[in-house]
Amino acid sequence: MTSTAGVAPPLEAAPLPPDTGRRRGRTGYLLLLPGLLWLVLFFVVPFYSLVATSLYDPAGSDFRGYEMTWAVGNYVDALGEYWRPLLRSLWYGAIATLFCLVLGYVLAYAIAFKAGRWKNLMLVLVVAPFFTSFLVRTLSWKLILADDGWVVGTLQFLQVLGDDGRLLATPVAVVAGLTYNFLPFMVLPLYASLDKIDPRLVEASSDLYAHPAVGFFKVTWPLSLPGVVSGTLLTFIPASGDYINAELLGSPNQRMVGGVIQSLFTDANDYPAAAALSMVLMMLIVVMVLVYVRRAGTEDLL
Amino acid sequence: MSAPRPSSAAGRWVREHLVLVLGLLVLAYTFVPIAIVVLMSFNAPASRNVYAFDAFTLDNWANPCADPSMCDALARSVQIGLLSTLVATVLGTLAAFALVRHDFAGRSASNLLVFLPMAAPEIVLGSSLLALFVATGFSGQLGFWTIFVAHVMFCLSFVVVAVRARLAGMDDHLEQAAMDLYATPAQTFWRVTFPLVFPGILGAALLSFSLSFDDFIITNLNAGTTTTFPMYVWGVAQRGVPMQVNVIGTVMFLVSVAIVVVGEVGNRRRLAART
Repeated sequence: MTSTAGVAPPLEAAPLPPDTGRRRGRTGYLLLLPGLLWLVLFFVVPFYSLVATSLYDPAGSDFRGYEMTWAVGNYVDALGEYWRPLLRSLWYGAIATLFCLVLGYVLAYAIAFKAGRWKNLMLVLVVAPFFTSFLVRTLSWKLILADDGWVVGTLQFLQVLGDDGRLLATPVAVVAGLTYNFLPFMVLPLYASLDKIDPRLVEASSDLYAHPAVGFFKVTWPLSLPGVVSGTLLTFIPASGDYINAELLGSPNQRMVGGVIQSLFTDANDYPAAAALSMVLMMLIVVMVLVYVRRAGTEDLL
Repeated sequence: MSAPRPSSAAGRWVREHLVLVLGLLVLAYTFVPIAIVVLMSFNAPASRNVYAFDAFTLDNWANPCADPSMCDALARSVQIGLLSTLVATVLGTLAAFALVRHDFAGRSASNLLVFLPMAAPEIVLGSSLLALFVATGFSGQLGFWTIFVAHVMFCLSFVVVAVRARLAGMDDHLEQAAMDLYATPAQTFWRVTFPLVFPGILGAALLSFSLSFDDFIITNLNAGTTTTFPMYVWGVAQRGVPMQVNVIGTVMFLVSVAIVVVGEVGNRRRLAART
């Protein structure tokens, strides 16, 4: 008995491919099946539904039902009518991402290289404010940027803003809100790639008489690029789809495409137009991401 | 030669500390709205329409449910959060084990499928689901269960990623040692593997709950007339925000910080016990 038990483990271990340690067989499928099924039913199939809805006859309604007429014209109509909020969303998303990159890089760099034993504490503090409700946080920006608040008062005193100048209901407030709300999506991936950099490489560059700025741009920045790419994507995609900041901090002139899609669905009940606009946003984001990733030369990172 | 020395030493000091100071400033900036939320939770507003600090009061904390519809919405968010977290954590953990520990055809396609919902904008995910519910005749039944279905869908990916990272970073020597010491596969799993992965599962569950609890864009499209806490805040933002909203915001902040601190202390203890 002891002898068979002693033999058993190597017999069991034999079919294991030694490089990955992964088992073949049906168990893998069984474990994966429930989760995968959920994703197929409520992510893949709905996406197909969205494509179909975007091609329905726009004359239909929820009550009368929709007819599939391959109405590609829905896309033309959606673009013609809503190209402003669409471009605005991508533009605000891009500016907010840039601000996040600057703020986030400083913070991630400080945590990775300067925080010493406070590293973990600082990481916790980065995430902590974002556990408060997104909407409550955004409302408190509304208060900070209010017309009679001290931020506007100070800016008026410094003559940056005119005497009746304001921040709320301007693009500044919307971009500020987006920048604030999506900052952790930038900081965490940046930190992850900065923290992997061997500080001896930077030391070596300074030993070889590189100016610190040269050392940064020739050593640290290129090595942190994976974090920059994933951070900018993780910030840009949700920021350009968001409409909470635009609606709470902006005015109808700062309306973003997410808000238009939402109200086409729930207020106007114009499902084909809403679905077409949603598809356009998705396709634009995919194209921008592909171009960006290709230009960043980091295709293998995705 | 002696003149540049002090300036370069000063330059070095600035280099060493400037980044840290700037980093701390950015960190402080992230806390400004939280400070406002805490402050406003003690505010007695001059009128319902004025959202500005007027006078100090403890009333909001004493009567958090002054507007019963807020607490209804809050309770519904907690229910949906707990239920969808439970389902997403179980399904996601199983899938993560499959993806890390098992080899099968379609493994990389599955990894991609898990990744996509995290990369898609929420408004697109929400519209797709609504399009499905409308096409299948469920548009009249939008509510608790459609929100639940949506939340499990987007939490699932985050759970898989978190648990997968924990599993992939795990050293399998302990499991091999258990097998060498004649532990059955079940014993090895429950006594060695599971306890090692558990912190990852717990973290994934917490992340999942906070994602579900805080979601607005997907929920708002698929909720029908059901109201969750973020939807309640959205509604009152147009017509006057009760200060109790800030009490809830403060409590959420404190609870999450407490959870992180307890987890961190637990980690330190375990590390200390090991060395």
